[in-house]
Amino acid sequence: MPTSAGKIESRKPEFIKISDVIWDLPRSFKHGMRVPARIVATRKLIDAMDLQVYDQISNVATLPGIQKFAFCMPDGHSGYGFPIGGVAAFDVNEGGVISPGGIGFDINCGMRLALTNLTRDEVMPHVKTLVDKLFHRVPAGVGSRGFVRLSKEEFRDEVAMEGSEWAIRKGYGWKEDLERTELSGRADWADNATISPRSVERGFNQIGTLGSGNHYLEIQWVKPENIMDEKLAARWGIFPDQVVIMFHCGSRGFGHQIATDYLTLFLSVMERKYGIKILDRELASAPFLSPEGQDYYKAMGCAVNMSFANRQVILHRVREVFSEQFNKSPEELGMHMVFDIAHNRGTFEKHEVDGKIKELIVHRKGATGCYHPGREEIPELYRADGSPVIIGGSMETGSYLLVGGPNAKDTFCSTAHGSGRTMSRAKAKRMVRGSELLKKLEERGIYVKSASYSGAAEEAGFAYKDIDDVVEAASQAGISLPVVKLVPLGNVKG
Amino acid sequence: MPYRFLEDVAIADVAFEAEGRVLPELFKEAALAVTNTMVQDLSRIEHKVAKRIKGAAENIEMLLFHFLQDLIFYKDADLLLFSDFQLTIVQREGEWHLHGTAYGEEISPDRHQLLVDVKAVSLHKYQVQKTAKGWRAVVILDV
Repeated sequence: MPTSAGKIESRKPEFIKISDVIWDLPRSFKHGMRVPARIVATRKLIDAMDLQVYDQISNVATLPGIQKFAFCMPDGHSGYGFPIGGVAAFDVNEGGVISPGGIGFDINCGMRLALTNLTRDEVMPHVKTLVDKLFHRVPAGVGSRGFVRLSKEEFRDEVAMEGSEWAIRKGYGWKEDLERTELSGRADWADNATISPRSVERGFNQIGTLGSGNHYLEIQWVKPENIMDEKLAARWGIFPDQVVIMFHCGSRGFGHQIATDYLTLFLSVMERKYGIKILDRELASAPFLSPEGQDYYKAMGCAVNMSFANRQVILHRVREVFSEQFNKSPEELGMHMVFDIAHNRGTFEKHEVDGKIKELIVHRKGATGCYHPGREEIPELYRADGSPVIIGGSMETGSYLLVGGPNAKDTFCSTAHGSGRTMSRAKAKRMVRGSELLKKLEERGIYVKSASYSGAAEEAGFAYKDIDDVVEAASQAGISLPVVKLVPLGNVKG
Repeated sequence: MPYRFLEDVAIADVAFEAEGRVLPELFKEAALAVTNTMVQDLSRIEHKVAKRIKGAAENIEMLLFHFLQDLIFYKDADLLLFSDFQLTIVQREGEWHLHGTAYGEEISPDRHQLLVDVKAVSLHKYQVQKTAKGWRAVVILDV
């Protein structure tokens, strides 16, 4: 039975099983769906997903210009507008829309992974000092400000326009870092004429900060048995017992404000000017090729640049800390980047749909861009291998480095981004006290320093799905294949 | 209770319900809920700064939305958190207007027990309703 518009299903819908890891909700599920919804997940993961996911992903399927399927990745959980893990591609030449709610408030939030040539044994005696130092050098939590002092004009005219290139020019990093960052660390479609003074005021002091919630900076190691693709791991600089650094953060208040500015603008023009009707105000949309759609795309580009610059400056700080601690230069410590990749962005890409190459605006909200070998989006360094993909887990369970698989094209080159929450923050906080959790983790050999005990409790491992299940589902679907699992030694939590 | 956090409305975000007999009370309670999402103990925020607050919108829903959004803006731009409000809300020529003062101080990680940062007010399931007892709002914050 089709449900009425926007009504939340109280029981699990009937899926059409396509394979063990592909499940479809047909168009008959909800009035107005233009395409079916497709969930990439094992039965176990589907059963663990909250019911709002299906309501939200079928709402996405009603948006104008959507192609093939409204996708939900294996780590999917309910959000607002799109579910987290939602992927949708809209044909810009068929009235396809762009929606801030399909990208998220934390524009270009993403993961960066950097190497060292140190082993676990060499780093273990220093983990506490390193984490404490990183905690001070990379500010986290409510109201944190970065060490970079710059004027609002420099932020607006240079950071927002140039991204990582600005950071490298200022000496915060190595030129080769750009070759190991998606889009070479710069959204070339950004235009600062489309951003508000408010967004600049909110963000210009926040370069080099982590933020809070599920954002973190981790010292991890390569357990020898966790290397799943030895050839690729070696080619990408990974070796057994190695220590690596991973962090997760985004465009901070700047991106949050841009998303809010355009959400309210879209709400005011959407129905009146473009006749678009939606089932949730967080799905506010405008045609990609409309003046409003173009302005948002260009403003989003500015936030993309801020987030690349932010992660570049953070990497610079990490290199400084390791260099001080081990009395060697970052170059001597082999602190090369592996990759930087986002999971909250709308990107203009070309994909084949029903035998025709189409120009699409691909929305990924809590979903990682994941390109099969040969795609032009992949930096030259990795093009023959497939794009590196970083999936971050909870601070207890570990994270993954993967590679774009042969079937990535089936999901518009998208895969999961994390483990995916299964429990609300309030509930997690009731189940464990932050101080207890951190003590237990330390006993297990994971040293965590957090800006907030309560915030740490909200991020407890039991509040998330099993990351191994998420990676397994994406791997079985052939969209992304694991290269190595990385487990934490120390963690700075926002 | 004037505001309370809702457990199972939003998995990754923070949802709350606020009530007030009159609109200024509703707005104040909703604002306190936003601050309380970021700081454990509101009584630790001293009234060292008085910030003039102003706003206008076509309806009460959007007036509250912009007001809460302003507080998030001041948190990032001026590092200010507020724990008391004096507000006046009037309807004039078909528009709703808000003016008043917010009392608070700069964030101090040492003194304030900080919780989680609020990124934005979401419009998902967002509602402001007139009830038998006054006004009620349901808000989801992106954190």
